[in-house]
Amino acid sequence: MPDQVLFAMEAAINGLMAGVLYALVALGFVLIFKSSGIFNYAQGVFALFAALTLVGIMEGQVPFQHLINAIFGTELHGFGWETPAILAVVLTVGVMVVLAIAVERLILRHLVNQPDIILFMATIGLAYFMEGFGDLMWGADIKKLDVGLPQGGSFWIEENTAWLGGDGFYGFFIDRLDIVATIAAAILVIGLTAFSQFTKQGRALRAVADDHQAALSVGISLRFIWVLVWSIAGIVALVAGIMWGSKSGVQFSLSLIALKALPVLMLGGFTSIPGAIVGGLIIGMGEKLFEFLIGAPFLGGATENWFAYVLALLFLVFRPQGLFGDKIIERV
Amino acid sequence: MFYREAGDFSTSYKEDSQTFPIRFDRYRYYVVLVVAFLVVPFVITDYWANAVFVPFLIYAIAAIGLNILTGYCGQVSLGTGGFMAVGAYAVYKLMTGFPDVSIVIHIIGAGFITAGVCILFGLPSLRIKGFYLAVATLAAQFFLVWLFNRVAWFYNYSASGQINAPEREVLGIVVTGPNTEAWAQYMISLVFVTACALLARNLTRGKLGRQWMSIRDMDIAAEIIGVNPLSAKLSAFAISGFFIGISGALFFAVYLGAVEVGEAFGINKSFLVLFMIIIGGLGSIFGSFAGAAFLVLMPVLLKNILVGQFGWATDLAVHIEFIIVGALIVIFLIIEPHGLAQLWRLAKEKLRLWPFPH
Repeated sequence: MPDQVLFAMEAAINGLMAGVLYALVALGFVLIFKSSGIFNYAQGVFALFAALTLVGIMEGQVPFQHLINAIFGTELHGFGWETPAILAVVLTVGVMVVLAIAVERLILRHLVNQPDIILFMATIGLAYFMEGFGDLMWGADIKKLDVGLPQGGSFWIEENTAWLGGDGFYGFFIDRLDIVATIAAAILVIGLTAFSQFTKQGRALRAVADDHQAALSVGISLRFIWVLVWSIAGIVALVAGIMWGSKSGVQFSLSLIALKALPVLMLGGFTSIPGAIVGGLIIGMGEKLFEFLIGAPFLGGATENWFAYVLALLFLVFRPQGLFGDKIIERV
Repeated sequence: MFYREAGDFSTSYKEDSQTFPIRFDRYRYYVVLVVAFLVVPFVITDYWANAVFVPFLIYAIAAIGLNILTGYCGQVSLGTGGFMAVGAYAVYKLMTGFPDVSIVIHIIGAGFITAGVCILFGLPSLRIKGFYLAVATLAAQFFLVWLFNRVAWFYNYSASGQINAPEREVLGIVVTGPNTEAWAQYMISLVFVTACALLARNLTRGKLGRQWMSIRDMDIAAEIIGVNPLSAKLSAFAISGFFIGISGALFFAVYLGAVEVGEAFGINKSFLVLFMIIIGGLGSIFGSFAGAAFLVLMPVLLKNILVGQFGWATDLAVHIEFIIVGALIVIFLIIEPHGLAQLWRLAKEKLRLWPFPH
């Protein structure tokens, strides 16, 4: 095979892997949208916050240490211990559950029956709040996250694919972290599907997604379901945060990467879990291939910034509900 | 006592439907105008102009523009930053391309160019609605910023990729460039704000405004009663784009003077203007001003208190600002989804009955 084709293939494969990460963030959006009709803009910031909390706990940081130092003039830097990764993950899950409860108590409960767009804007406010809160709690510097996941290119794949091309080709370069992320995403999707199919809570969740009032009338507690869903979304955000954080450090731009999950959602449809995955893969592969084939040679590069949005926009003009979304039926 | 409609009779339809039907309100409005035009320019200092007045006035225009699109017509847009960038780059190209033409015409021209771009990105709104549209406008935001960064023609092939406003005069007074006096910056912004607010107010209470509001409230029903969604939505995009373009042009030419597109017109700007209209009040011209004032003043205030009084680090103040802005938005949505403008309206209702509410 000519090398050019192989490089394109490599770009496509890496794009697929990046797509998995987009899909991980998009998954959190879909879960909340399905069950409560809320478009949770804060999902990306949740991922950032989860990752920040995880790093903070692992490194034994004192929460709000900068603030405390500023107010009381102390010189706190940390507790001086390090928490093992497993324990830290469990604690972070706890924090995300507390967060879910707080969101339900303080925001959702007061905004029942408001138009969707108001709720959407409330989550934008929540996103800003969380951004400032996370930074205030754990500091705004870029942090390294290492929970012991394998990283770096996989030599095994590189060696075993080198024979495909000529002398200029050294085999596919695939980050092992991306492979782990793919496996994690697969496990998450299978787990979530099993949860919603085979458990009582899962069934209640699907009932709420179907029809709020009918679910209420058969005795399902909406509040409990909302807390449950936001907790699950928090855990999904944690997984996404771990993957992104290990890849590029825990920093503010993490929440911007999450914006990329929005075109993924539009492409896949807001209400479909498989849609989130497929949309993620299409966007991830599409933008890498576009950059490789057209963007870098002809348009001066960095087309990844907007390609996903424009693709989703064009796609929506022809199919407004996305690939797998529910058909939009409008009545007066 | 002083806020009464008693004794205030309208003798014509025109009088009855004016913007400020109550006499006291009308005089208050004139007083505000007089103070703004005749008092503030003489006492304004560099600090007040740069930190408070000029950004407030310019953001108010952007907020009016977005309010027309989102508050009146119901089309949520997250592309404001990108459209402001269009205005900025349009005015830059016009200023450098036609140096002999007045800057005022350039700024208005930039408004029209932005209106055209806005229509282009508004076309999908005929098919896409709600959240999908909000996300679709992000395409405009990211694409436009990328375009202005990559295509050297837009920044006249300057080495830094920045655009710098050359010096231009209005009536012999320098209004752009580094030698501008504070009061000149203030005055040109004020003139544009006043004109835009008048225009917006009169558009929104006329036929066009009613069409927009019917589309916002329920687009299918509006279509059935004879509102053409194509013209209503696209006119909202165009007029909103016109205002946003003017504000982007002023933001670059008068306020900043030099602009790096990703920094000045990034996604954060889109959210900032959106927050202004949420906090100020969706579907209200006064709300656009109130929201802009609030979000311009609050960071200045916080910075002065936290950094100036307590001596905290600046980044801490920034984080706290984020927290407060976020919390305020949520609180506003919970307590008063119609924003500061609604609080103002309620206060006026109370004033009418005061001091004998029963």
